[in-house]
Amino acid sequence: MVDLLFFGLFATVAVLCAINVVVQKHPISSALSLVGVMASLAVLYLLLGGEFIAMAQIIVYAGAVMVLFIFVIMLLNAGIEVRRGRSWMATIFGAPALLGLLGVLACLLVRWFPDSPVIKFGDFTGGTAKEVGMALFTDYLLPFEVTSVLILIAILGAVVLARKELD
Amino acid sequence: MSFYLGLSAILFVIGVAGFIFRRNIITVFMCIELMLNAVNLSFVTFANYHKQVSGHIFTFFVMVVAAAEAAVGLAIILTVFKNRTTLNIDEVDSLKN
Repeated sequence: MVDLLFFGLFATVAVLCAINVVVQKHPISSALSLVGVMASLAVLYLLLGGEFIAMAQIIVYAGAVMVLFIFVIMLLNAGIEVRRGRSWMATIFGAPALLGLLGVLACLLVRWFPDSPVIKFGDFTGGTAKEVGMALFTDYLLPFEVTSVLILIAILGAVVLARKELD
Repeated sequence: MSFYLGLSAILFVIGVAGFIFRRNIITVFMCIELMLNAVNLSFVTFANYHKQVSGHIFTFFVMVVAAAEAAVGLAIILTVFKNRTTLNIDEVDSLKN
């Protein structure tokens, strides 16, 4: 009962912050709302038994990625976005296409999981750092190493793209 | 469980809405992050459903790829702004003509 209450509270916060991300005019406001979405999703991960993932969500997303976003917003001095010249396709087909997408997702959800179980807090405890680490360094060792190469390439690409031209 | 998957679907659709309707390139990028987060939520929900830790591993990899993508994408945004001095995605249309 209590976990349903927590789910309702943080799901509401997440949806409101997500809507706020889209409707805010200023990028800084959008970024702060996105931090709210990520924090409430971290609480939902805790309710689902993913302790390691919840902490990684806070540290990596709300900590690192959003700080990077806010640095870039301040560096570029991004102001309020000007609204003009919307493409007519987005204006006409945008809202119906979105409602259709939501309908398709809801239909698949109802069809595939007609009697979905109720999730109770504490009935899955396999998401601790120990379990995740064991799986990561035994079964998923090769993807882990490939990911480290990917990060190295991404760092090099970011440095090459953002450096000043030397001439 | 269907509550969690429904929340994931709603967050994903909100992300798609921002991706379609917004014109600021940084906000569009943040909406992509929102969509990735929605998918992560469904991964963790399925990990709980199947009582396996693999969903958490997938979420971990999605986070890593999202961090790398954010670094490269923001570097691209910096370069575009340096050359064009605009953040409006409608004015970056060199490939169009």
